[in-house]
Amino acid sequence: MNTATHALDHHDGHGHQPTGLMRWLTTTNHKDIGTMYLTFSLLMFFVGGAMILAVRAELFQPGLQLMKPEFFNQLIGVHALVMIFAALMPAATGFANWMIPLMIGAPDMALPRLNNWGFWLLPPAAMLLTMPFILAIFGIGDGAVDTGWTLYAPLSVQGGIGVDFAIFSIHILGISSIMGSINIIATILNMRAPGMTLMKMPLFCWGWLVTAVLLIITLPVLAGGVTMLLTDRHFGTHFFDAAGGGDPILFQHLFWFFGHPEVYILLLPVWGLMPHVLSTFSRKPIYGHTAQVYGFIAIGVLGLIVWAHHFMTAGLPVPALLYFMYSTMAISLPLAVLFFCWIATMWRGAMSFETPMLFAIGFIVLFGIAGLTGLVLADVAADAQYHHSYFVVAHFHYALFAGGIMGVMTGVYYWLPKWTGHMYSERLGKLHFWLTVISFNFTFMPQFFLGLAGMPRRIPDYALQFAEFNAISTVGAFVLGLSQLLFAWNVWRCVRGGQRASDKVWEGTSGLEWELSSPPPHHSWDVQPVIK
Amino acid sequence: MREATLPPPRSHGRLVSRLVLLAAACFAFGFALVPLYDTLCRVVGFNGKTLKDAIAAGDVAPGGLDASRKLGVQFTTTLMPGLPWEIRPLEPSIELHPGELRTTRFLVRNLSDKPIVGQAVPSVSPTVAAKHFKKLDCFCFTQQTLAPGESREMALTFIVDREIGPEISELTLAYAFFPAPTPPSGSTQ
Repeated sequence: MNTATHALDHHDGHGHQPTGLMRWLTTTNHKDIGTMYLTFSLLMFFVGGAMILAVRAELFQPGLQLMKPEFFNQLIGVHALVMIFAALMPAATGFANWMIPLMIGAPDMALPRLNNWGFWLLPPAAMLLTMPFILAIFGIGDGAVDTGWTLYAPLSVQGGIGVDFAIFSIHILGISSIMGSINIIATILNMRAPGMTLMKMPLFCWGWLVTAVLLIITLPVLAGGVTMLLTDRHFGTHFFDAAGGGDPILFQHLFWFFGHPEVYILLLPVWGLMPHVLSTFSRKPIYGHTAQVYGFIAIGVLGLIVWAHHFMTAGLPVPALLYFMYSTMAISLPLAVLFFCWIATMWRGAMSFETPMLFAIGFIVLFGIAGLTGLVLADVAADAQYHHSYFVVAHFHYALFAGGIMGVMTGVYYWLPKWTGHMYSERLGKLHFWLTVISFNFTFMPQFFLGLAGMPRRIPDYALQFAEFNAISTVGAFVLGLSQLLFAWNVWRCVRGGQRASDKVWEGTSGLEWELSSPPPHHSWDVQPVIK
Repeated sequence: MREATLPPPRSHGRLVSRLVLLAAACFAFGFALVPLYDTLCRVVGFNGKTLKDAIAAGDVAPGGLDASRKLGVQFTTTLMPGLPWEIRPLEPSIELHPGELRTTRFLVRNLSDKPIVGQAVPSVSPTVAAKHFKKLDCFCFTQQTLAPGESREMALTFIVDREIGPEISELTLAYAFFPAPTPPSGSTQ
């Protein structure tokens, strides 16, 4: 790729750049907004993590020690909503904001003001979600949403004010995500550098393009579903009330029509960045660029038509069960293409194992376990046993912690020197990786066995025979949670200073983003590069 | 190497309005799923939903009854929270031929000292049998009001039509009894 990088003597800020808090409140710069998304995400990651550590502490031993079951139920539901909507999704959007303009040679995002608005909707939404906890302390209401993150009717129709707060929070988070998605699609389709055809576009941008389309299609359906829930609760409609002619299973369809693509919404940006990292540290070009693009699209399309595998025990007729089983299993084909491309990218490369590469390889191995256990769950006959057990909990944490969060950490370590202009501490990074990957397996591997042995999820107390595995899992969870403080400290140190990073940062990089200075100038590409 | 001049600012209006339209259409699609899903369930029998309305007497049993087969039909009842009733089928299980017209009765009693309105919601399993379970008359078609302490026998007249698959020899009709939803504010008792 030949590019023309011209001297960038830009005039920063046009003379009236606000400083301090006003800079962040009013910024329309894609890098500032990306930084805010990532900071918010890290903060909420610790909030959601603290909640689940309280849960794991309760589960350390059988019996009720620390909290009432109602509070336990609130913690698990809000943990999931916080981690999905306030930690993982904003992290991916932060990556998109920072990297897409750099990668496609654009000066900024297409709709910078919308971008600012999209971010600043997030803090109020997160406050709405968690406020009922605080209100309950003052005797208002009975705490946060306690239905689990899936908000299944009729339980959610009967729930307290926490459900209403969660519904409004989901509305706002949804609007924010849709605005972010529209912005990303407009940026990708309209602002690529001359010569960068869609097929030449970096895979990270491709992953996000598919994600953004999925978000625009599925989030409004969830918004519709929770709106029906709201009117059922307060305005006398009977969408989910069987006595009034409604159907509670309809809620499950509406929820999972969003909920399943949501899994790919969380993972596609990570799948997009993974090949860049693998190629950099293997010092080889990405293997199967085109195949991976079609893999993303195929998974996006298939992801839209498999939702009912989340409630195969709800009483679906056998032909429907078979359809959802086979279509779910079919997703493993394009996913296997991605896995083979990742491995082939490393094949016979001159590999080195810096922190991002360690996380990338950890991701491939552990996310592979998520995929394989997912195939087991997709089997209708087997699912009858595994459904609603700890097997499911272990499976989706392999997908969303090892796949999602470790993927995000791969990206953070990989791009942090580019963002800050400093190198992070490699020693701390490696320590963080090994602590994370070992304690992660200590936390979640026992949960597979717990699920196989029949321990149901979402219970604060359990039978005695599950005690040992739960104790191991809790110890693992606390090590896992505390190790993340190392990550926060490493990022903080890197932002504050450290060894200067070169423009290219890593020896084996290629792509437009590595031709800008580290950190990149205020306006990324004042002069668009030309790709031949 | 060639250098491009900054392109003129491109208008994103068209693309953005199309994307907003797509999001709005998907929101509407969520609501369109409500009637679509209900229709689909009744036609295919998903969730064991039976046809909502009574069938006409003339359509009762095209071809008469099929005396060569016997079907076991069981009746079960469930009370949902908030309904202080007692309810049971007078015949917990019966045998009949496909196409045979039958009437069975359920006994309900209001255990409270207040008049209460209830609504029965039927569900058939196995679910594929639901569309073959046809009702001529059923207390589930309307809401039932019971005076304090009142007992009543409620009738269900139905056939299981001849098209029911040979693999099915037993089916269950489950009634869930709900307290009737309160009418939207504005209407008075």
